[in-house]
Amino acid sequence: MTTATLEKVSIIVSKGSLEGIYPALIMANGARAEGIEADLFFTFFGLDAITKKRYEHIKFATVGNPGLHLPTVVGALPGAPDMITRLMERRMAKLDIPPIPEFIEMISDTGAGLYACKASVDLFELEKDDLIDEVQGVITVGDFYNLAANAQIIYT
Amino acid sequence: MTTTTYAGTPVVLDDEGFFADPDQWTEAMAPEIAKEHAIDELTDRHWKVLTFMRAEYAEKGTGPTVRVLGKASGVSVKELYQLFPKGPAKTAAKIAGIPKPKGCI
Repeated sequence: MTTATLEKVSIIVSKGSLEGIYPALIMANGARAEGIEADLFFTFFGLDAITKKRYEHIKFATVGNPGLHLPTVVGALPGAPDMITRLMERRMAKLDIPPIPEFIEMISDTGAGLYACKASVDLFELEKDDLIDEVQGVITVGDFYNLAANAQIIYT
Repeated sequence: MTTTTYAGTPVVLDDEGFFADPDQWTEAMAPEIAKEHAIDELTDRHWKVLTFMRAEYAEKGTGPTVRVLGKASGVSVKELYQLFPKGPAKTAAKIAGIPKPKGCI
């Protein structure tokens, strides 16, 4: 392996499902663990991951998710998203992957920046107070690109 | 593998700079390794982490992740990144003379 030269990543989180949010969190945390600067930009449904009312209730997408290898009608049954989410959460706990609220707090503690997309906040009629305290700002796309100068941008 | 000298004693490092044999490490080597990572002085708080790393490695055969450090070492994640800005788990593992910690979290 060569010496790491990547110095900064900016990760865009646009999905609100468990399997949409975790990869971004794992990549951000992993970047900080390597001494790489990291910012997270939560846009559209990704906002759920930093919304107080929602971030403890992120579920697995069980409909239209070919990765599950389940017939769509099974995923659409009442209770299926909860059941599959609980199953995945148990497996992740075994691997010592923290639940989303704890994971986000930890990532914030590593010094990574958490930012909400202004257009999405307006679209969902949210206020800054609806977002968790770790969020450093509600910013425009332009602000985000300024922050991301000299960084690799990763879209998840 | 390369051989380098810390505190007057030759030691073997792997390709990423981690100790190949943790038994070769002594406390006297830690300040020298720390300087290579831009940590000029090892405080009591640094040592708390280093001692914990050594103990975890001795018990489990691998160094702790940042999450485990934050939960069990008595040093919070926030402070860990202040003590070891270039990544606590890996920098501390190098200074503590143990192999690279495994794990994604």
